[in-house]
Amino acid sequence: MEKNNTKVKKSNDVVCGDGGFWVYSGVVKEHFFKPKNFLKEDEDFAADGIGSCGSYACGDVMMFLIKVNKKTKKISDCRWRTFGCASAIASTSMLSVMVTENGGMEIRKARLIKPQQIVDRLGGLPDRKFHCSVLGHMALRDAVDDFEKKHAS
Amino acid sequence: MKRKVYLDYAAATPIDPRVRKEMSPYFERYYGNASSIHSFGREVSNVIRNARTDIAAILNADVSEIIFTGSGSESDTLAIMGIARKYKHLGKHIIMSSIEHKAVLQAGHALEREGFQVSYIGVAKNGIVNPKNIREALRKDTILVSVMYANNEIGTIQPIKDISQIVRHARNNGVIPIFHTDACQAPGALPLDVKKLGVDALSLNGSKMYGPKGIGILYLREGIDIEAIIPGGEQERGRRAGTESVALIIGIDRAFRYAEKDRIKESKRLSILRDYFIREIKRKIPGVMLNGHATKRLPNNINLIFEGIEGESLVLMLDQEGIAASTGSACNSFDLKPSHVLTELNIPEDMAHGSLRMTLGRLTTKTDINYVLKKLPGIISRLRELSTITYGKK
Repeated sequence: MEKNNTKVKKSNDVVCGDGGFWVYSGVVKEHFFKPKNFLKEDEDFAADGIGSCGSYACGDVMMFLIKVNKKTKKISDCRWRTFGCASAIASTSMLSVMVTENGGMEIRKARLIKPQQIVDRLGGLPDRKFHCSVLGHMALRDAVDDFEKKHAS
Repeated sequence: MKRKVYLDYAAATPIDPRVRKEMSPYFERYYGNASSIHSFGREVSNVIRNARTDIAAILNADVSEIIFTGSGSESDTLAIMGIARKYKHLGKHIIMSSIEHKAVLQAGHALEREGFQVSYIGVAKNGIVNPKNIREALRKDTILVSVMYANNEIGTIQPIKDISQIVRHARNNGVIPIFHTDACQAPGALPLDVKKLGVDALSLNGSKMYGPKGIGILYLREGIDIEAIIPGGEQERGRRAGTESVALIIGIDRAFRYAEKDRIKESKRLSILRDYFIREIKRKIPGVMLNGHATKRLPNNINLIFEGIEGESLVLMLDQEGIAASTGSACNSFDLKPSHVLTELNIPEDMAHGSLRMTLGRLTTKTDINYVLKKLPGIISRLRELSTITYGKK
C-alpha cells in the first residue's frame, strides 16, 4: 500500500525524457510555481545589503537583497530575483525561506550556507542541474559582504 | 478538465486514425517474412512492393530508389556515412550547413574522425543558407553536399533548387558531388518532387507526417551507390538489412499519401493561423523577437525569443496550463548548451536562453491559439517579474 502511495506522489513530479533522467520534486514545483519572497515590481525594499551572482551567457543570474537586524546580526527579511530555469528559481526561493525562518539566520551562518543544504530542502535536484542552477548562496554571500562593507564599525 | 493544447508537432505528430486503422491487419494477418518464397512471404513482399511504388510516385521517383529505414535519423546517417564511405576513393571532402539536424551533423563529426574533411556552412541572420557560400566551398574532392529542406527548430526553408543546380553544375557529368537533403519536416508542408528539387538523396520520417514512429525513408537516386551502415541482409537491395516491418511500411505509405493530398489546403490554413498567432503575440507582449525568416518558413513553425526570461521555465509554466511547446534553451538540453541553430543566428547569449518553439498541426484550431494567447502574456510577465534582467527597469 505504501509503495503505491509513493508512486502516486511521483506522478505529480515533472519528469522529462524517457521516464526520468531528470525529475523535479514536488517541493521544487511548489517554489517554482509559487515562489516566496521575490522582489515585486512596485515594491520599495530598503535593503541593507545587495548581492548578485551568475551570468546571462550561462543562463542563470541571481540577485539577493537582505535586511539585517543591526543588534542581533540576524537576517530580518529578504527579497530576490532570478533569471533562469525552474530549479534556479526554486532554489533561490527556498534559500529565501531558509534565511528568514525561525526568527532569521545570523549573517555569520548565512555566509556558510552550502548548495547541498538548499538541494536537500528542495527534496533533491537532477544531477545535471545541481552546479549550474544553485547559485543563490553565492548571491547571498555577496549581499552579506555588501552589508558588512556598508556597516563596518 | 483543463484544456490541453499540443504545439509540438515538429517533435512528433499524432498518428492519423485512418493510418492506424489501415496498419492494424498487418500486425496480425501478414506475419510472414518478405524474404521467404512461400505464400506467406510472397504476400508480404507484394504489399511492401505496392507501398514502395506508391511512395515512389509521390516523390516522382522510381520504385528501386526507395529505401526503408528505422527513422529519420537513420536515413540521414545512412545517406551521409553510406555515401561518403562509398565514394571516398573520389575525394574526402563534405559540405553541410551548420544548422543541420544533429543526425546529419554528428554523422559529419564521425566522418571527420575517419579522416574526412567537413565544411560547415553558416546561415544568414534570417536562418537561410546562401547558395553562393555552398558554391565557394565546393572543391574538386567534394563528394557530398547536405543541406536540409526546412529547419526543424526555426522552420526556415532552404533554397534546395538553387543549391542542387550549383551541385549539378560542379558535377559536370561526373558522379560527385552528390546532393542530400534532410526533408523530415517537409511532408504535408512543402512539395517533394525529387526531380524538381534536383536532389540525389532525401530523408523522410514517419513520425513527422502523422504516421508511425520507428520508420523512415531514404530516397537514393538510381546509379548512386551506398555502403550499408546495417549490413547483414539482402533487404532493401543490400542497402539496409533487417526484416521489413510491413505494418510500419503501410503506415508511412498511407500517412505520406494523406499528408500530400491535403498539403496545399492544410499549409494555407496553418500559415494563416501562424501569422495570426505571431501578430497577436507581438501585439500583446513587448520584447518579443521572431527567429528565422518571416515568410520563408514552414507554415506551422513559430520560434520566438522573449527578452528577460529563460526557456525551460517558460515551457514548464505553459505545461502547467496544458500547453505543450519546446525551447532551445541550454537548461533544457542534455549537454546544457543552447541550441546550435540559435547560436548560428548570432543571437546575443543573454537572449538565446529565452527561446520558445511552438509548432502547429492538423488538430490545432484558432480556439487553441486564442487559449494560448490568453495564457502566454501572464506567464511572460510573471517570469519577467522574477527576473534579474528587469530589476530596476520599469
